[in-house]
Amino acid sequence: MSVLIILIIVSVLVAGGFLIAFLWSVNSGQMEDDYTPSVRMLFDDEIKTKVVDASIVKPYTNKSKI
Amino acid sequence: MQQHCYHCGTDCDENIQLENKFFCCDGCKMVFQLLDDNGMCQYYDLSEMPGMSAKGVFTSEKYNYLDSAAIQDQLIQFKLADQAHVVFYLPQIHCVSCVWLLENLHKINPGILHSQTHFEKKEIKIVYNPSIISLKELVQLLAFIGYEPMIHLGGNDWLKKKKVNKQQLYKIGVAGFCFSNIMMLSFPEYLSTSVGDIGNLRHFFVYLNLLLSFPVLLFSAKGFFISAYTGLRQKWLNIDAPIALAILVTFGRSVYEILTHSGAGYLDSMSGIVFFMLIGRWFQDKSYDSFSFERDYTSFFPLGVTVLLDGKEINKPLSEIVKEEILLVRFDEMIAADAILLTDGALIDYSFVTGENAPIEVPKGETVFAGGIQKGRAIQIKVVKPVGQSYITELWNSRLLSADKNVEKSFVHPWSQYFTYVLFSIAIMSGIYWWLNDPHNIMPAVTSILIVACPCSLLLTVTFTYGNILRHLGKYKMYCKNSSVLEAIEKIDTIVFDKTGTLTNHEDAHLEFIGFELTNENASAIYAVTRESLHPLSQLITSYLSAQNLPVIKVDVIEHFIGKGTRAICNQKIILIGSLSFLLENGISVAGSPNSGVFIAIDKEYKGVFKINHVYRNGISSMVRRLKLSGYQVHLLSGDHPTEKKALLEILGSDTPMLFEQNPNDKLNYIQSLQAKGLKVMMVGDGLNDAGALKKCEVGIAVTDQTHLFTPASDAILEGEMVNKLDLLIDFAKKGKMIIVVIFILSIMYNLVGMYFATRAQLSPMVAAILMPISSISIVSLSALLSYSFSKPLFKKN
Repeated sequence: MSVLIILIIVSVLVAGGFLIAFLWSVNSGQMEDDYTPSVRMLFDDEIKTKVVDASIVKPYTNKSKI
Repeated sequence: MQQHCYHCGTDCDENIQLENKFFCCDGCKMVFQLLDDNGMCQYYDLSEMPGMSAKGVFTSEKYNYLDSAAIQDQLIQFKLADQAHVVFYLPQIHCVSCVWLLENLHKINPGILHSQTHFEKKEIKIVYNPSIISLKELVQLLAFIGYEPMIHLGGNDWLKKKKVNKQQLYKIGVAGFCFSNIMMLSFPEYLSTSVGDIGNLRHFFVYLNLLLSFPVLLFSAKGFFISAYTGLRQKWLNIDAPIALAILVTFGRSVYEILTHSGAGYLDSMSGIVFFMLIGRWFQDKSYDSFSFERDYTSFFPLGVTVLLDGKEINKPLSEIVKEEILLVRFDEMIAADAILLTDGALIDYSFVTGENAPIEVPKGETVFAGGIQKGRAIQIKVVKPVGQSYITELWNSRLLSADKNVEKSFVHPWSQYFTYVLFSIAIMSGIYWWLNDPHNIMPAVTSILIVACPCSLLLTVTFTYGNILRHLGKYKMYCKNSSVLEAIEKIDTIVFDKTGTLTNHEDAHLEFIGFELTNENASAIYAVTRESLHPLSQLITSYLSAQNLPVIKVDVIEHFIGKGTRAICNQKIILIGSLSFLLENGISVAGSPNSGVFIAIDKEYKGVFKINHVYRNGISSMVRRLKLSGYQVHLLSGDHPTEKKALLEILGSDTPMLFEQNPNDKLNYIQSLQAKGLKVMMVGDGLNDAGALKKCEVGIAVTDQTHLFTPASDAILEGEMVNKLDLLIDFAKKGKMIIVVIFILSIMYNLVGMYFATRAQLSPMVAAILMPISSISIVSLSALLSYSFSKPLFKKN
């Protein structure tokens, strides 16, 4: 049963690692903005460049504006 | 056919179009073109019609003051030769598209290196290269695409106040870590009788627990000890005192048990309550980052002004303005100091300072006051009093306001006192009982009573309930400064309303024509003349008449008399449009008409007057009626003339005291006189003229139609569209106390169960470990449930 002692110490250390990760994240300001990053990650990296020739029909645009 | 502007969504006709898209104005079209040229049309894909209406005049001189190095130093946070960091408050940020556009500014101008937004604070941090784009050009670009930064005299002071309380998060993290590990290591203890002897392991677990509990006691629970200590030093037993005592007793008894090997202690319960209470505090301290409740005049005035020196325009920070200097005030700029007018053409909108609705024309040589906004062409003024000493700021700094609001101490604190007294008497009685029967049990019984009956459930109830109510109110667009505002609302018995901007909508003015019926011919002549004028009242008339589809005719002669009116010849008719005195000067008799408005005479004959009516918000009168039914006294304080008394009598009822032409000081005094009668006053107002009253009364609610605009210091901010639900919101805010009482009864029942074990000196760690989380979790969920169900009526009537 005394192997439990080692296991417990390991488990506390692992949990302590997460605690340190949490403290670090607070310190580095990750808790300051809890909304914008969730939006930012959904932006596409690069978007279509301007179509110079207006006569070319863009088949896959989903701009169904009035 | 009615269309919507592709950029901002405003209703528009088909006049302006580009690539089959319609725009309400050239401004919107230009923004679209700019974005289109830079391949940034994703802006329009992320949200429907995300843009800000670009209507209104955009003067390029407006930001000239940003060229001054002294002003730049106040704004730029960090600067290298090729890099500068600046943070702006952009109140217009409202959707995903905004974030996208603002973070892709570098595509528009290569001088912008990086930009990052903070959605909830509505801030943007921009890193730019000052050798490619100047600060002025940067601000102009932002303003052009519809995100005009708010730059104020206070500079970046507001940034410093908005730091997230990291310390609180650290404490929660540490307490959570220790709590969960202690809980896990205590598990064998709960089951110890059935698992058999695990000998040394048990000691190992217990000592590890003790080690883990130190950070909770010394770091996480620090706040409770400090608060209890300061309370006691002021001879006042606050709610933290019994909590601190309970934590200490629990810890002491646990250490004793562990060191004497007589048990495992209650360290799991102790770290658990600390963890839950910290979460409760954090939950209650929800703040509305993008609002400022403590604004003073510095956030109202611009940071820089244009000074005329030997005929040259120089930009100076407002704080450096001294007496006798000559300032240039352009269209839509604010008069930044009390001053004497040197040129003609002043048309000043004081609505924010005095509550008067219509702009006032001020003749040359008169005094103009700081806080007014110039609505005519550029004027020159000579400073009499710099901003710090002006009429408006003197009011702000007046001694009356510096006194703290007599916020009464929360009703929770007296309760916790009774609670403590009862607790101590139970502990003493059971101590005496055991002393007579079995002295061995004195210490276990007394300590476990103090452990079990900790008033932490009361604290949990209060913090979570108020936190929930603040959140629900926020959903209905009433943003309270903190939870003590809720307790203050509870005690209110008198509600004082301001008129302009509060009961009426600032942005909506409604014209009414009183007089002889206008023939189509005459109407089109008036239309033709008012179209020629930039005067805001003329523009109102133009938009009023344009609805009648009048033919456009040519004006032959037009002559403007500044401060008086306009004389024009059109279709062989002499048309006079202007003030009452203008018509009288021209020998036209005006009989039986109201004395304010825009008067019209055609061919020397009085035709009638355009009266400007305020548009009252919908549902005001039924809201006031409901308030009166629930027993509130309603008063009205207006800075405006009593011309609308009749309409107001209908809306507010004849039993409402109404005072007109009240200056800011009168309003403040009126609130004080009500308070002297022992009434608890809530003031609902919007302008600077209400600032004193809002600060003095028990609960000051600032009404705003655009949350990003200036609101004076207040306890709560209410959006204009919700004014007609004020009674429901007050009702809901008052439910908080009831919810707390209900839950407190529940927690007393938990306490009774705990007491049953404790007084018999039979409190096992197992019982404590079960009772503690059950009571905490049921309290938290019941509080959430009750406040949600009480907020439902608000939703239904929407």
